[in-house]
Amino acid sequence: MTRIKMTRIRMSVNGVEHTHEVEARTLLVHFLRETLGLTGAHVGCETSICGACTVLIGGRAVKSCTRLAVQADGAEITTIEGLASDDELHPLQQSFWDDHGLQCGFCTPGTILAAHDLLTRNADPDDAEIRHALEGNLCRCTGYQNIVKAVRSAAASMREAGGTT
Amino acid sequence: MFPGEFEYHRATSTDEAVRLLADNDGAKLLAGGHSLLPMMKLRLAVPTVLVDIGSIEELAFVRQDNGDLVIGSMTTHADIAASETVAAGHGALAEAAASIGDVQVRNLGTIGGSLAHADPAADYAAAALALDAQIEVLGPDGERSIAAADFFAGLLTTSLAPAELITGVRFPGAGGATSVYEKFAQPASGFAIVGVAAEIKADGGSCAAARIAATGISDRPVRLSQVEAALVGAALDDDGIAAAAEHADAGLTDVRSDMYAAQDYRRHLLGVLVRRAVTRAGS
Ligand SMILES: Cc1cc2nc3c(=O)[nH]c(=O)nc-3n(C[C@H](O)[C@H](O)[C@H](O)COP(=O)(O)OP(=O)(O)OC[C@H]3O[C@@H](n4cnc5c(N)ncnc54)[C@H](O)[C@@H]3O)c2cc1C
Ligand code: FES
Ligand code: FES
Repeated sequence: MTRIKMTRIRMSVNGVEHTHEVEARTLLVHFLRETLGLTGAHVGCETSICGACTVLIGGRAVKSCTRLAVQADGAEITTIEGLASDDELHPLQQSFWDDHGLQCGFCTPGTILAAHDLLTRNADPDDAEIRHALEGNLCRCTGYQNIVKAVRSAAASMREAGGTT
Repeated sequence: MFPGEFEYHRATSTDEAVRLLADNDGAKLLAGGHSLLPMMKLRLAVPTVLVDIGSIEELAFVRQDNGDLVIGSMTTHADIAASETVAAGHGALAEAAASIGDVQVRNLGTIGGSLAHADPAADYAAAALALDAQIEVLGPDGERSIAAADFFAGLLTTSLAPAELITGVRFPGAGGATSVYEKFAQPASGFAIVGVAAEIKADGGSCAAARIAATGISDRPVRLSQVEAALVGAALDDDGIAAAAEHADAGLTDVRSDMYAAQDYRRHLLGVLVRRAVTRAGS
């Protein structure tokens, strides 16, 4: 049997530099979960539909089940584990809690990160814009009403904190 | 679900990518990966070598060149949808990009990858045909340019040679015309059941020139020449547009029928979307 060829990759995940050897066909989501132990990115459909595996690459939401780990060489990645700081939840995490934006929580990390991408581009989205931005994230139990509400209130508290209107 | 095994190369230039393609039988380019990786997971594609062009920065751009709009092949759907330069003269392209999949797909998928993949329901395909795009290509023998009308050769098939790489897509300046894209999407997948791109040049209240193309209808995008002919010289009012839209499916023989939409329904949708697109582009 031939030895499997490994490729060396380096990336920053939640501000921490990682260097690892991976098989070229390793999907980013498996690298994050199994090699780095960051299990917040979930594997749902595995077919680029559900968004449970969403992470941020350079601040943009992407489905990590449809990205090879080698393609993310040199990238800056944020997973749900990287959002809270010093025991303080990120405003999106806090508002999902306060507004009941989750039930089982399976879709939540991906949905929060997709919402994060939206709020960096648009600090004051209306409901239609929020729904449009979350089209790639399926929730099977909460329903979208409270998710939209949570994103709206997170946007408001982030605007307040940022001193912008 | 994993892709099968393959050898991975990251190309640093277009020349290197073309050389790697030419030197390796069974090699495939990897752009955004949003068509290729799903196919590899299902073993519908089993390339032995992947040539990643994702870090060739000079392939990601939107610029004006001698009045033309040129878009680099690695430009993402999100960047095309957000570009004011694109929206200014080539609304159909901007709207097609914005209608693709969802945010995550648009953040990684590229125009070059979409054109090369040639999905029969791809949104850019209709825009490229209606806007008379030239696909700019680099191969082992140098550069060439392929008109959109000659590019799409059938289901998931193009006239690209195996070792050719799309470097960019060139759209002639709008010359005073307005273009739009209308899509009826399958609600679960987001892919077009039918999509129509229309470019209309209005003169007073009537139509001076029209180019109209549709995706989702056949195994490749189709130009609706009979609608175009009926429109030129006609009034761009409800009656004039409705009369021209009656020709929407004229002469189309191989209209698709699948679990999402029967042939008759696709023909019907085509007429509706032609009417909507021409109304918007002509107003
Ligand atoms: C959930 C989901 C929803 C989607 N919805 C839509 C939709 O609504 N409408 C739509 O049009 N598309 C849709 N797509 C497809 C999407 O637009 C893809 O991004 C696109 O079809 C392929 O682009 P890519 O950059 O990802 O290419 P890849 O997947 O990397 O490559 C696709 C093919 O093109 C070849 N290739 C790539 N770049 C080049 C190049 N520069 N020169 C020559 N060959 C090249 C590759 O070898 C491969 O064969 C969807 C995809 C997903 C996963
Ligand atoms: S697991 Fe990636 S989109 Fe569903
Ligand atoms: S909270 Fe259970 S899937 Fe969304």
